[in-house]
Amino acid sequence: MPMVEVAGKSFEVDEEGYLTNLADWTKEIADYLAKEEKVEMSESHWEVVNFLREYYEEYQIAPAVRVLTKAVAKKLGPDKGNNKYLYELFPYGPAKQACKIAGLPKPTGCI
Amino acid sequence: MSDMMDDMDGGEGVVKKFMFVNRKAPHGTVYALEGLEVVLISAAFDQDVSMVFTDDGVYELIKGMNTKGIEVKDFSKTYRALEGYDIEKLYVEKESMDARGLTEDDLIVDVTVLDSGEMASLMAEQDVVISF
Repeated sequence: MPMVEVAGKSFEVDEEGYLTNLADWTKEIADYLAKEEKVEMSESHWEVVNFLREYYEEYQIAPAVRVLTKAVAKKLGPDKGNNKYLYELFPYGPAKQACKIAGLPKPTGCI
Repeated sequence: MSDMMDDMDGGEGVVKKFMFVNRKAPHGTVYALEGLEVVLISAAFDQDVSMVFTDDGVYELIKGMNTKGIEVKDFSKTYRALEGYDIEKLYVEKESMDARGLTEDDLIVDVTVLDSGEMASLMAEQDVVISF
Protein backbone atom coordinates (compact mmCIF):
# COMPACT_ATOMS: atom_id res chain seq x y z
CA MET A 1 0.00 0.00 0.00
CA PRO A 2 1.26 3.53 -0.79
CA MET A 3 2.17 5.86 2.03
CA VAL A 4 1.74 9.61 2.24
CA GLU A 5 3.56 11.94 4.59
CA VAL A 6 1.73 14.75 6.36
CA ALA A 7 3.28 16.94 9.05
CA GLY A 8 6.15 14.51 9.54
CA LYS A 9 3.95 11.43 10.01
CA SER A 10 3.22 8.86 7.36
CA PHE A 11 -0.16 7.32 6.59
CA GLU A 12 -1.32 4.45 4.48
CA VAL A 13 -3.66 5.11 1.56
CA ASP A 14 -5.13 2.72 -0.99
CA GLU A 15 -4.26 2.72 -4.68
CA GLU A 16 -6.83 5.46 -5.32
CA GLY A 17 -5.60 7.66 -2.48
CA TYR A 18 -8.31 6.89 0.08
CA LEU A 19 -7.08 6.78 3.65
CA THR A 20 -6.81 3.14 4.76
CA ASN A 21 -7.37 3.70 8.44
CA LEU A 22 -10.26 5.96 9.35
CA ALA A 23 -8.79 6.63 12.78
CA ASP A 24 -5.67 8.21 11.22
CA TRP A 25 -7.71 11.17 9.98
CA THR A 26 -6.85 14.69 11.11
CA LYS A 27 -7.66 18.14 9.73
CA GLU A 28 -4.11 18.29 8.37
CA ILE A 29 -4.63 15.08 6.45
CA ALA A 30 -7.93 16.44 5.14
CA ASP A 31 -6.09 19.53 3.90
CA TYR A 32 -3.49 17.33 2.23
CA LEU A 33 -6.11 15.11 0.56
CA ALA A 34 -8.04 18.19 -0.56
CA LYS A 35 -4.92 19.61 -2.16
CA GLU A 36 -4.41 16.31 -4.00
CA GLU A 37 -8.00 16.65 -5.28
CA LYS A 38 -7.38 20.32 -6.18
CA VAL A 39 -10.16 21.38 -3.84
CA GLU A 40 -9.67 24.57 -1.87
CA MET A 41 -11.34 23.97 1.46
CA SER A 42 -13.82 26.66 2.54
CA GLU A 43 -16.22 26.60 5.44
CA SER A 44 -18.87 25.15 3.11
CA HIS A 45 -16.51 22.32 2.17
CA TRP A 46 -15.82 21.58 5.81
CA GLU A 47 -19.51 21.49 6.55
CA VAL A 48 -19.99 18.68 4.04
CA VAL A 49 -16.85 16.84 5.13
CA ASN A 50 -17.88 17.00 8.76
CA PHE A 51 -21.36 15.90 7.83
CA LEU A 52 -19.92 12.86 6.07
CA ARG A 53 -17.84 11.93 9.10
CA GLU A 54 -20.97 12.11 11.25
CA TYR A 55 -22.87 10.02 8.73
CA TYR A 56 -20.14 7.40 8.79
CA GLU A 57 -20.02 7.40 12.56
CA GLU A 58 -23.76 6.75 12.66
CA TYR A 59 -24.13 4.23 9.83
CA GLN A 60 -20.62 2.83 9.25
CA ILE A 61 -20.77 3.44 5.51
CA ALA A 62 -19.96 6.19 3.06
CA PRO A 63 -23.27 7.13 1.41
CA ALA A 64 -23.99 7.01 -2.31
CA VAL A 65 -24.30 10.50 -3.78
CA ARG A 66 -28.10 10.31 -4.05
CA VAL A 67 -28.33 9.36 -0.39
CA LEU A 68 -25.82 12.02 0.63
CA THR A 69 -27.77 14.72 -1.19
CA LYS A 70 -30.98 13.71 0.53
CA ALA A 71 -29.35 13.50 3.94
CA VAL A 72 -27.68 16.92 3.52
CA ALA A 73 -31.04 18.42 2.52
CA LYS A 74 -32.58 17.04 5.68
CA LYS A 75 -29.81 18.26 7.97
CA LEU A 76 -28.58 21.49 6.34
CA GLY A 77 -31.56 22.51 4.23
CA PRO A 78 -32.61 22.13 0.59
CA ASP A 79 -30.38 25.00 -0.60
CA LYS A 80 -27.38 22.79 0.29
CA GLY A 81 -28.90 19.36 -0.28
CA ASN A 82 -28.92 19.51 -4.06
CA ASN A 83 -26.62 18.36 -6.83
CA LYS A 84 -25.75 21.85 -8.04
CA TYR A 85 -24.48 23.05 -4.67
CA LEU A 86 -22.58 19.87 -3.89
CA TYR A 87 -20.98 19.54 -7.32
CA GLU A 88 -19.87 23.18 -7.18
CA LEU A 89 -17.98 22.35 -3.99
CA PHE A 90 -16.71 18.97 -5.22
CA PRO A 91 -16.66 19.02 -9.04
CA TYR A 92 -15.53 15.40 -9.43
CA GLY A 93 -18.42 14.04 -7.40
CA PRO A 94 -19.39 15.01 -3.86
CA ALA A 95 -19.55 11.43 -2.65
CA LYS A 96 -16.20 10.50 -4.12
CA GLN A 97 -14.15 13.63 -3.42
CA ALA A 98 -15.73 14.66 -0.15
CA CYS A 99 -15.50 11.10 1.18
CA LYS A 100 -11.84 10.96 0.30
CA ILE A 101 -11.14 14.24 2.08
CA ALA A 102 -13.18 13.05 5.07
CA GLY A 103 -10.95 9.99 5.30
CA LEU A 104 -13.79 7.58 4.56
CA PRO A 105 -13.65 4.60 2.24
CA LYS A 106 -15.00 4.94 -1.27
CA PRO A 107 -18.81 4.87 -1.22
CA THR A 108 -20.32 1.43 -1.73
CA GLY A 109 -21.48 1.11 -5.30
CA CYS A 110 -18.77 3.41 -6.68
CA ILE A 111 -16.66 1.45 -9.12
CA MET B 1 -20.68 4.57 -10.14
CA SER B 2 -23.33 6.19 -8.03
CA ASP B 3 -22.56 9.53 -9.64
CA MET B 4 -23.12 8.07 -13.04
CA MET B 5 -26.30 6.29 -12.00
CA ASP B 6 -27.85 9.56 -10.97
CA ASP B 7 -27.31 11.03 -14.37
CA MET B 8 -29.20 8.11 -15.86
CA ASP B 9 -32.32 8.75 -13.83
CA GLY B 10 -35.55 9.27 -15.71
CA GLY B 11 -35.14 6.27 -18.01
CA GLU B 12 -38.13 4.03 -18.57
CA GLY B 13 -36.69 1.09 -16.66
CA VAL B 14 -38.39 -2.19 -15.93
CA VAL B 15 -39.06 -2.56 -12.21
CA LYS B 16 -38.71 -6.09 -10.88
CA LYS B 17 -39.28 -7.44 -7.42
CA PHE B 18 -35.98 -8.40 -5.87
CA MET B 19 -35.84 -10.21 -2.55
CA PHE B 20 -32.58 -10.69 -0.72
CA VAL B 21 -32.75 -13.50 1.82
CA ASN B 22 -30.31 -13.44 4.71
CA ARG B 23 -29.86 -16.76 6.47
CA LYS B 24 -26.53 -16.58 8.24
CA ALA B 25 -25.16 -15.09 11.44
CA PRO B 26 -23.41 -11.75 10.79
CA HIS B 27 -19.82 -12.69 11.49
CA GLY B 28 -17.86 -15.85 10.83
CA THR B 29 -18.72 -15.87 7.16
CA VAL B 30 -18.72 -12.98 4.74
CA TYR B 31 -22.29 -13.62 3.52
CA ALA B 32 -24.11 -11.07 5.68
CA LEU B 33 -21.82 -8.15 4.83
CA GLU B 34 -21.61 -9.06 1.15
CA GLY B 35 -25.37 -9.41 1.02
CA LEU B 36 -25.82 -6.01 2.60
CA GLU B 37 -23.45 -4.40 0.10
CA VAL B 38 -25.32 -5.97 -2.81
CA VAL B 39 -28.56 -4.55 -1.43
CA LEU B 40 -27.04 -1.07 -1.08
CA ILE B 41 -25.83 -1.22 -4.67
CA SER B 42 -29.17 -2.53 -5.90
CA ALA B 43 -30.77 0.64 -4.52
CA ALA B 44 -29.17 2.60 -7.36
CA PHE B 45 -31.24 0.73 -9.94
CA ASP B 46 -34.69 1.84 -8.72
CA GLN B 47 -36.04 -1.68 -8.29
CA ASP B 48 -38.59 -3.01 -5.83
CA VAL B 49 -36.18 -4.38 -3.22
CA SER B 50 -37.01 -6.23 -0.04
CA MET B 51 -34.88 -8.04 2.52
CA VAL B 52 -35.73 -11.13 4.51
CA PHE B 53 -34.00 -12.30 7.67
CA THR B 54 -34.54 -15.91 8.57
CA ASP B 55 -32.74 -18.74 10.41
CA ASP B 56 -29.52 -17.36 11.94
CA GLY B 57 -29.91 -14.35 9.63
CA VAL B 58 -32.10 -12.73 12.30
CA TYR B 59 -28.90 -12.27 14.35
CA GLU B 60 -27.72 -9.75 11.74
CA LEU B 61 -30.23 -7.26 13.13
CA ILE B 62 -29.45 -7.63 16.82
CA LYS B 63 -29.21 -4.36 18.74
CA GLY B 64 -26.12 -3.49 20.76
CA MET B 65 -23.64 -5.60 18.82
CA ASN B 66 -20.04 -5.40 19.98
CA THR B 67 -17.42 -6.87 17.67
CA LYS B 68 -14.30 -5.56 19.42
CA GLY B 69 -13.35 -8.98 20.71
CA ILE B 70 -13.28 -10.57 17.28
CA GLU B 71 -11.68 -7.53 15.60
CA VAL B 72 -14.09 -7.19 12.71
CA LYS B 73 -16.17 -4.23 11.64
CA ASP B 74 -19.60 -3.94 13.25
CA PHE B 75 -21.81 -3.22 10.26
CA SER B 76 -25.09 -3.67 12.14
CA LYS B 77 -25.56 0.12 12.21
CA THR B 78 -25.56 0.12 8.43
CA TYR B 79 -28.98 -1.56 8.41
CA ARG B 80 -30.28 1.73 9.80
CA ALA B 81 -29.02 3.50 6.68
CA LEU B 82 -31.26 1.36 4.43
CA GLU B 83 -34.15 3.77 4.93
CA GLY B 84 -32.10 6.55 3.34
CA TYR B 85 -31.53 4.24 0.38
CA ASP B 86 -35.32 3.82 0.10
CA ILE B 87 -35.13 0.18 1.13
CA GLU B 88 -37.90 -0.03 3.66
CA LYS B 89 -39.28 -3.53 3.23
CA LEU B 90 -37.56 -5.59 5.88
CA TYR B 91 -39.14 -8.89 6.90
CA VAL B 92 -38.16 -11.34 9.61
CA GLU B 93 -39.51 -14.83 10.04
CA LYS B 94 -41.49 -15.36 13.23
CA GLU B 95 -40.41 -18.97 13.75
CA SER B 96 -36.72 -18.03 13.51
CA MET B 97 -37.24 -15.26 16.08
CA ASP B 98 -39.17 -17.53 18.46
CA ALA B 99 -36.61 -20.32 18.22
CA ARG B 100 -33.91 -17.86 19.32
CA GLY B 101 -35.94 -16.13 21.98
CA LEU B 102 -35.93 -12.82 20.11
CA THR B 103 -38.60 -10.17 19.74
CA GLU B 104 -38.82 -7.04 17.59
CA ASP B 105 -37.49 -5.05 20.54
CA ASP B 106 -34.14 -6.84 20.18
CA LEU B 107 -33.65 -5.55 16.65
CA ILE B 108 -31.83 -2.43 15.47
CA VAL B 109 -34.40 -1.54 12.75
CA ASP B 110 -38.18 -1.64 12.34
CA VAL B 111 -39.26 -4.84 10.66
CA THR B 112 -42.39 -6.69 9.63
CA VAL B 113 -42.70 -10.09 11.27
CA LEU B 114 -44.22 -12.81 9.07
CA ASP B 115 -44.84 -16.48 9.82
CA SER B 116 -43.31 -19.00 7.46
CA GLY B 117 -46.54 -19.41 5.51
CA GLU B 118 -46.81 -15.67 4.85
CA MET B 119 -43.11 -15.58 4.01
CA ALA B 120 -43.57 -18.36 1.46
CA SER B 121 -46.38 -16.44 -0.28
CA LEU B 122 -44.30 -13.27 -0.34
CA MET B 123 -41.39 -15.19 -1.88
CA ALA B 124 -43.68 -16.66 -4.52
CA GLU B 125 -44.57 -13.11 -5.64
CA GLN B 126 -40.96 -12.15 -6.38
CA ASP B 127 -39.28 -11.96 -9.76
CA VAL B 128 -35.86 -12.62 -8.29
CA VAL B 129 -34.89 -14.20 -4.96
CA ILE B 130 -31.24 -14.12 -3.99
CA SER B 131 -30.08 -15.97 -0.92
CA PHE B 132 -27.07 -15.15 1.24
